[in-house]
Formats: sequence, C-alpha cells, structure tokens
Amino acid sequence: MLGFMIQRLLQALVVMLVISALVFIGVYAVGNPIDVLISPDATQAIREAAIKAYGLDQPLWKQYLDFLARLVRGDFGRSFIYNMPVLDLIASRIPATLELTLVAVLGATFLGVPLGMYAGYRPDSVLAKIIMTVSIFGFSVPTFWIGLVLIFTFAVQLGWLPAGNRGDTATLFGVEWSLLTANGWKHLLLPALNLSLFKFAMMVRLARAGTRETMLTDTVRFARAAGESEFTILRRHVLRLIAIPIVTVFGLEFGSTMAFAVVTETIFSWPGVGKLIIDSISSLDRPVMVAYLMLVAFFFIIINLLVDLSYAALDPRLRTRRAT
Amino acid sequence: MSPLLEVRDLSTQFATRNGPLKAVDGVSFTLAEGEIIGLVGESGSGKSVTGFSILGLVDPPGRITGGSVKLAGRELVGLPASELRRIRGREIAMVFQDPSATLNPVLTIGTQMQLALEAHERIGAAAMQDRCVAVLTRVGIPDAARRLDAHPHQFSGGMRQRVAIAIALLNRPRLIICDEPTTALDVSIQAQILTEMRSLAEESRTAVIWISHDLATVSSIASRLLVMYAGRIIEEGPIAAVLRQPHHPYTAGLLASLPARAEPGTDLVQIPGSTPSLFDLPPGCAFQPRCGFRTAACTIMPDLVPTGMGRSHRCHHPLGEIPA
Repeated sequence: MLGFMIQRLLQALVVMLVISALVFIGVYAVGNPIDVLISPDATQAIREAAIKAYGLDQPLWKQYLDFLARLVRGDFGRSFIYNMPVLDLIASRIPATLELTLVAVLGATFLGVPLGMYAGYRPDSVLAKIIMTVSIFGFSVPTFWIGLVLIFTFAVQLGWLPAGNRGDTATLFGVEWSLLTANGWKHLLLPALNLSLFKFAMMVRLARAGTRETMLTDTVRFARAAGESEFTILRRHVLRLIAIPIVTVFGLEFGSTMAFAVVTETIFSWPGVGKLIIDSISSLDRPVMVAYLMLVAFFFIIINLLVDLSYAALDPRLRTRRAT
Repeated sequence: MSPLLEVRDLSTQFATRNGPLKAVDGVSFTLAEGEIIGLVGESGSGKSVTGFSILGLVDPPGRITGGSVKLAGRELVGLPASELRRIRGREIAMVFQDPSATLNPVLTIGTQMQLALEAHERIGAAAMQDRCVAVLTRVGIPDAARRLDAHPHQFSGGMRQRVAIAIALLNRPRLIICDEPTTALDVSIQAQILTEMRSLAEESRTAVIWISHDLATVSSIASRLLVMYAGRIIEEGPIAAVLRQPHHPYTAGLLASLPARAEPGTDLVQIPGSTPSLFDLPPGCAFQPRCGFRTAACTIMPDLVPTGMGRSHRCHHPLGEIPA
C-alpha cells in the first residue's frame, strides 16, 4: 500500500509539472500582459520598468522557472480585477460550487443508481421504460436549455423557486453555506436539478447495464438457490458487484462538476468558481485563470487517488494483487 | 413410506423466436430420503434444467409448462415465489459447476454464509459464527474460524467448491442438487469431493441428485442412475445393473465411450452423429438417427417401460435380456 501511495504521489508530481508548463505557455507566453497592466498612455520608460519588474525581459525558460518557484511557495499572485490574493478569491468562491456539486452529484447517484438497478432488474416493466425515457432526455437535451426551461417554469410561471443567486447562508467552520438555511435550499434546488439531470441519466444507464449483466451470473443464481430474497440479492450482491464503474463515474463527475459548472452557474448567477473563471477569462484576469487551472488539475489528481483507493476497498482481488 | 421427492411428468419449455423449446419433456422419477441418484446426459439433454425446475429457478423465457414436483408430499409447482424462496436453501439446496463463478468475489466467505443463513432464520452473531465454522470444518476446510474473513479468490478451486457445498449444507436441507460440481476441478480433487459428498449425505440423511455428463464420476457416488436424452429419461435403474447391462443403445454407447473401458492403444468408441437440435427432433425416438438398431418401429415414440428390479427403458429394441 505504501509503495502504491509513493508511486501515485510521484505520478501526481509529474502531472502537475506538465500541467504547469501547459498553463504557463497557454496563459503567460501568449499575448502581452503589460498591455493589460499599465495604461496605454504610459511613457516608454514606465513601460520598460514594468516589463523589468514583472520579469518579462527574461528568456522564456527563466520566466517559467520563476513562475514555478512562485507556485511552489503557494504564491499565485493578485487578481488584476479584484485586487486581492488569488487564492483567497478562489477559496471564497469554492463553498458555493462545492455545495452545488455535492447536492447535484449525490442526488443523481442516490436516485439514479436504485432506479437504474430497478430498470435493469425488470427491464420490461412500465416503470423501467419511464426511467429509461427520462434518462435519454437527460442525456440529449443541452444543460443551458434545461436551465432556461427550469427558470421559466418554476421561477417565472409558477413563482415557486427563485431564479438565481445564492440566498441566505449560515456559517459553519468559518465558511458560508446555503445548505444550512431553508432559503438557501430554495435557491440551490433549481441549479442543482439542472446540473444533476445529465449525471442522473448516466448513473441510471450504468446501474441498469451492470444489473442486467449481473442478474444473469451464477452468483445470483447461487444466492437464489440459497433462498435469499430478491431485495437482499440486489442490495448485498448486485450493488457490490456493480459498484466499481459507479464509483469511477461518481469521482469523474464530481471533479468535472466542481471545475466546470460554468453554464449552470452563469444561468443561475450562482457565485461559484465556474462563474469566477468565466468572468476572469472575459476580463483577462490571468492570475485567476492560472490558479484556477492548477487547482482543477490538483483536484482531479486527488479525486482519482480517492477513486483508486476505493477500488481496493470494493474489490478484494485488487488488494492482493497490489500487495504482491 | 412416501418418497422424499416425487417428480411426475415434469415439462419445462423455453419460449424462443423459433417457437417453444422443450428442454424437459415429461420427466418422472422419485427419490427416497438419503438416496443419491445420478442424472446423466450430454449438454442440452435437459439434466440441468430438470434440476433448476425442481427448485423453481427456471429463468425466463423458460417456464414449467406441466407436471408436478412434490417434496415430502407438498406440491412445489405453482407455489408463489415467496413460498418457493423459503424452500430453497432450507429444504432443497443446489451446488453449481464453477465455484469461482458462483461465490461472490467481493464478499467474504463469512458474509456469504451469513446471507444464506439469514435468508431462513434470525440468528445471533455468535451462534452464526459457530454454525459457519462447524459446517466449514465438516466439508474439510482447515482453520475455518480464521477463513471466514477470507474472500473466494484466496481459496483454491477445490476449497472454493467446498465452501459452496458448505453454504448449501448450512440450513441442513433434505435434498441437494449438485449440477456438475466436480467438472471444473482437478481429477484428484474430484475424487476427494465425491468421497466427502457421499459421506456427508450418509451422515445427514440428505438426498442428492448428482447431475453430470460423466458416467464415471456418477457411478462412484450414486446408487441409482437416470439417463436423459433430448429432454426425456431414456433409461433408469440401479447403477450397478445399468452399467453391467444397459438396455438402451444410447446408454450402451455412453459406456463404450468411457476411456477406462477402452483397450489401451485403441481408439475410443464414439456414438455416431451428434446430439439433435431440440427444435428439430426426429419423429419417434430422438436417438434413432444415431442408433444401429433402428427399425421402422422407431419412428413411433417408445414408452418408458418398467422391466422389474427398479429398471426401465424407453426403447423398442432393448439390449440384453429383458425379464418378461
């Protein structure tokens, strides 16, 4: 296990290094940040001083090493627009995205997996057909359109739920959470529903395919021959056997939603990191973009590690293979 | 005394695109308490489906279309699913061919035994542990208490099949259906399992239906033999008598093709032709196209004729001396 962790840690370092190079080339080396930083009518002397101050007169590799050195120290610079340390800025936005993602991905999983298992267990039933139709809908209709339809229906026509923003929050561990207030939940519901529909569809499909396949195996026959009830078989045998792909997709979806809930956050004016990155791209706020991309890469590495660790917990055969 | 199991005119069909497929066609036999019978036939002869039909475990599109299965006088055909579930495992258990496919790879042996026990009774953790250890020890698993936490892949093939047999024995069933349980094992392990199975059945007065394509293994465990061909029983009798003088040409062909009976250095005797498709059975006796003794009479289906001494055959031209 220790060897595995060390190996993964080294892999993660290499990945972060490659990402940092890509981000550096993509964001820093293209275009001239000086044009954004100082006013166009500054004198040539001021201009050159600024170029020197930001190290832009150095060769590219030197600039990259400086950039790397700052990253290692955790110095992502200050946002041009908000004029505050980038890390603080992102950290202030993460709770909003985190709670949105949690509700959307957990909701999609806890609803999608049982329904998908049912659809795989009784594929010819009416309910299974309804579930599958909804899942096709969730797959094929674009997120932005559903978001607009949700706003139109529940906010504009029915007036049941607010159309945007985060609503009331309460503080826990020094962080503001909408999850802790009824008003916050009201605001959270529509964007979470919007985000979760695609994930729900995916979970349904995965659980259905896995269940259909597993129900035909001798493991299920043997459990039936032992007199175990169908519910026990589904819950104790089948669910465990189909867990690995579900956990994989759960991890990937969690990561990508954290990173790229851009469309939903924009439509519902949800003040999360997705909204922040879109705003910073349109205002050329480079330090924010860089920090954000590095953070996303870091995030995915952590999630993949957790997913891999949970494989070992879910499938004992992987444990021994790794030990040898 | 009434028999433990009484199967009468059992028919099981599978609905297919080409019409119904009669996998089991009017099978009748009885089984006394503690008796071991061998059910022999080629693949597709209906022997496994017979086993599953007795348990009420025929997967759709298959279903029992007629006949009766009585366990200690109680009719099982047509029982509601919940009643059948209570009989499975507790009254009739089943062991399958491939233990690496039947045991759940992601659950410990202890958990799987627990599920099989809990299907039939509420039992405390300590009592459960004792029961599991006792049964595992009985089937010859050393250090059973420690092995409860092990997963199937940590056992050898033979040990895995012992675990499966232990799960089948757990609720002290009156009948165990063994569907080729030694076919996937090494020959030396086969012999061990056969011997142990016989003594287990004797000790606990458990009846056994031993399904196999291999006359040699069956003859070392069973006292009575049923030979199936194309969904029907074609010969039945005490095993020694049938082996000494088979009445049906198909049984004779099976015997002649046993390697142990061949002269060293000579080719094995084969039954000419191949098993007929159940969709396309010849008129009358299903074996007649491959039979050296066929006459015009064979296009009419022969009855299963009892000839005394517990023997019967389904042939117009039986071999050997038939007592009148």
